[in-house]
Amino acid sequence: MDSAEIIVTGMGLALAVLVIWYFFFSARQTASAVSSSGGVQEVGITVKGGYSPDVIEVERGKPVQLSFYRDEENTCSEEVLFPDFRIRRDLPAFKTTLIELLPEKPGTYPFTCGMGMLRGSLVVK
Amino acid sequence: MEPQTKTETLDIEGMTCASCAASVQKSLSRTPGVQRAVVNFATEKATVDYIPSQATSAMLKDAVVKAGFGIMERAPETSAAERSAEIDRQKAAAYQKLKRRFWVAAALALLIMPLSMLMLWPGMMTWIPMPVLNYVLLGLTLPVLLYSGREFYFSAWNGFKHRSANMDTLIAVGTGAAFLYSLATTLIPNFFRQHGLMPEVYYDTTATIIALILLGKMLEMRAKTQTSAAMKSLLGLQAKTARLVRPDGREVDVPIEQVQLGDLVVVRPGEKVATDGLIEEGHSAVDEAMLTGESLPVEKKAGDPVFGATLNKTGSFRFRVTKVGTETMLAQIVKMVEDAQGSRAPIQRLADRVSAIFVPTVVVIAILTFVLWFNLAPVESRLPLALVNFVAVLIIACPCALGLATPTAIMVSTGKGAENGVLIRNAEALEKAYQVNTVLLDKTGTITRGEPAVTDVVPAEGWQAAQLLPLVAAVERQSEHPLAEAVVRYAEAQPAPLLTATGFRAVEGKGAAASVNGQEVLIGNARLLEEAGVTLSPALRQQAEKLLTQAQTVLYLAVAGQAAGLLGVADTVRDTSAAAVQKLQALGIEVVMMTGDNPQTAAQVAAQVGIKRYFAEVLPQDKAAKVKQLQSEGRIVAMVGDGINDAPALAQADLGLAMGAGTDVAMEAAGITLMRSDLNGVVTAIALSRQTIRTIRQNLFFAFIYNTLGIPVAAGVLYPFFGLMLSPMLAAAAMALSSVSVLTNSLRLRSFSPAKS
Repeated sequence: MDSAEIIVTGMGLALAVLVIWYFFFSARQTASAVSSSGGVQEVGITVKGGYSPDVIEVERGKPVQLSFYRDEENTCSEEVLFPDFRIRRDLPAFKTTLIELLPEKPGTYPFTCGMGMLRGSLVVK
Repeated sequence: MEPQTKTETLDIEGMTCASCAASVQKSLSRTPGVQRAVVNFATEKATVDYIPSQATSAMLKDAVVKAGFGIMERAPETSAAERSAEIDRQKAAAYQKLKRRFWVAAALALLIMPLSMLMLWPGMMTWIPMPVLNYVLLGLTLPVLLYSGREFYFSAWNGFKHRSANMDTLIAVGTGAAFLYSLATTLIPNFFRQHGLMPEVYYDTTATIIALILLGKMLEMRAKTQTSAAMKSLLGLQAKTARLVRPDGREVDVPIEQVQLGDLVVVRPGEKVATDGLIEEGHSAVDEAMLTGESLPVEKKAGDPVFGATLNKTGSFRFRVTKVGTETMLAQIVKMVEDAQGSRAPIQRLADRVSAIFVPTVVVIAILTFVLWFNLAPVESRLPLALVNFVAVLIIACPCALGLATPTAIMVSTGKGAENGVLIRNAEALEKAYQVNTVLLDKTGTITRGEPAVTDVVPAEGWQAAQLLPLVAAVERQSEHPLAEAVVRYAEAQPAPLLTATGFRAVEGKGAAASVNGQEVLIGNARLLEEAGVTLSPALRQQAEKLLTQAQTVLYLAVAGQAAGLLGVADTVRDTSAAAVQKLQALGIEVVMMTGDNPQTAAQVAAQVGIKRYFAEVLPQDKAAKVKQLQSEGRIVAMVGDGINDAPALAQADLGLAMGAGTDVAMEAAGITLMRSDLNGVVTAIALSRQTIRTIRQNLFFAFIYNTLGIPVAAGVLYPFFGLMLSPMLAAAAMALSSVSVLTNSLRLRSFSPAKS
């Protein structure tokens, strides 16, 4: 092994570890819902290559209104799915789409884009 | 009678003080027809009770404006149709943009490719110096990258910021690496030469990959719009206007949004029924195929329900609106299809788990590929080889095929189901339907019509059916008994004169009597005749007993004190039942029947439709237990029912199928709703589910195999054995084709036809 090989191997492995850590193990952005006067828990989510925030905490038993603003035209994010709530909704670009649901049981419910690449989760407490 | 009032809430604009509220309230109260108006200053709302026949929303608005204030138009609830139109517009625009980007990339790639190959002819290279050629190629590639491929880089970067990675990440990293390497060799070729490397460029790779991926995206987008075509045609069914009859008798066309509960609507021949309601006058044949899949028009008369979006054929009628907006049958169907398309199939779980970690994993594999090639390849070519294989791995991996495999098939199939009157609640129901090996039918209302019909007419000696029926019908027309309805229906289907009865009287629990053409006509059970002192001839008595053993209800007739004949009334087997049972059996499904009837009747009906196993004398509350019994035999049971007392059995079954004429309760307990009261719907549901799950399996198999074979090949595992390496350009072509193939396979479901199944 020459020095170039050692450098490439070392950097490659380090990069691989970094990729794994960055995508799978690093901390996520969490937000709690704000209850409106009507008792509806409201959260705004921006969609741009992902969901921000991507972990949303809500209380159970109260209706939740999520407003998804899709801030891009990229087709990856054109749909959002809440499989546990049987919701599949198209998100028009540069528009806000409201999604209403009623979480009844505590738990973590994922939401994803149409192909499951972009992910977020709804944590019901 | 107290006139019915309506309540409306208005959002008032511009009220600055409590006295403003008072003046709005005064103005509203003075409007004719307004019974009460309350204005709340704090919430800026006015609640108005008014008589709809005297005041309208528009008049209320005028009153507010007259008082000097405005009405805040509430953001109208955008209907599903509008939403989908907006999304369509955006998608069409996005497609046009994509097309432009593709053509730019394709045109430039077609220039770049031959220019890059000039290097292969050393003779040519003496004419054009290499550095010049490289700069020309760089100039041609830049627009491909910055215009055509821009979205990939933006999307990858946006995703990266969110710690998420998608297909664009792979393309961006792959083409980015090839481009940056080429840029370096173009700008500082001597640096590479000093290290013993040929300063090669990969502009052709970069441009071609982008062009091919864009082509794939274009094809994918085109195919994807077709997956929801059935849903769009459902939305397009909605009538745009309705012809209202005003209280003063005037007929006016109004937009469908303004139609309210209780309005009277006229439907002329050839028009669409505007919304759901009950016919008040007139009769017609209505084509309900769009909702039920039933191809024959349905006869409708006063008192019958009509549904929005169905097509009136011949007659003209007026109906009273009972449902509007999201409550209508069409809206419910759309909602159900939408819900089903949003549901996740259990079969997809593995694919979901894989796609969640797919892209980062591929990136790691690509990095390791680079490292291995760099370490193992000969020193002079290790960097280009490592780079080429690194790019190939990134480009060939296709998470899209995995992501599209299940949902696209479900989209097409739920839409197809709705077209054929089969509403699938969710993807899970579809999967269950695929596994079903036993269908349990509740006899009444599924195999049979669930309503009595005259099956036998036995005239006494000296009488003929044609003489008898008009007399009986004349009496029964005045009766409200369900059996009477069956008699009238039967008689009216025969060519016979219409007679009128006078002096009608119903004899509780026994029958009815009236005078027709001056003769006293009796119709009812044996006791009715007995009490009237009418005796039956032995022949007639024998006939009656025969009918009774066939589980028929017998109606006895007497005219002018003499026995005149018998009518056999029974719940009749639907014409389509036997064929449907046969088709189910041909699909390898055992059909079992259950009924509350006695064993003889049960056996007879079962034999008539070709069912071998049945449960007789089942009490309503025991239906669910029968389902359990079959399940304990290791069967996957689909239960078909129509009534409220079927709900527990429908829920107990692995798959519940509720039949259309059934109740809301039954539908809620069911995984699949059949809009048409006909067992063929069960066949369609099961055949469709089988074809769908087969398609999904093919898709998933293809997507998994494609990636598990493609990625190692791109990484170069074949190189040590066969000296084979995958060019990144070929990888791009394969990737573009892979998601399109999955989509095309799903779209094949569109050719599903219940007739073929």
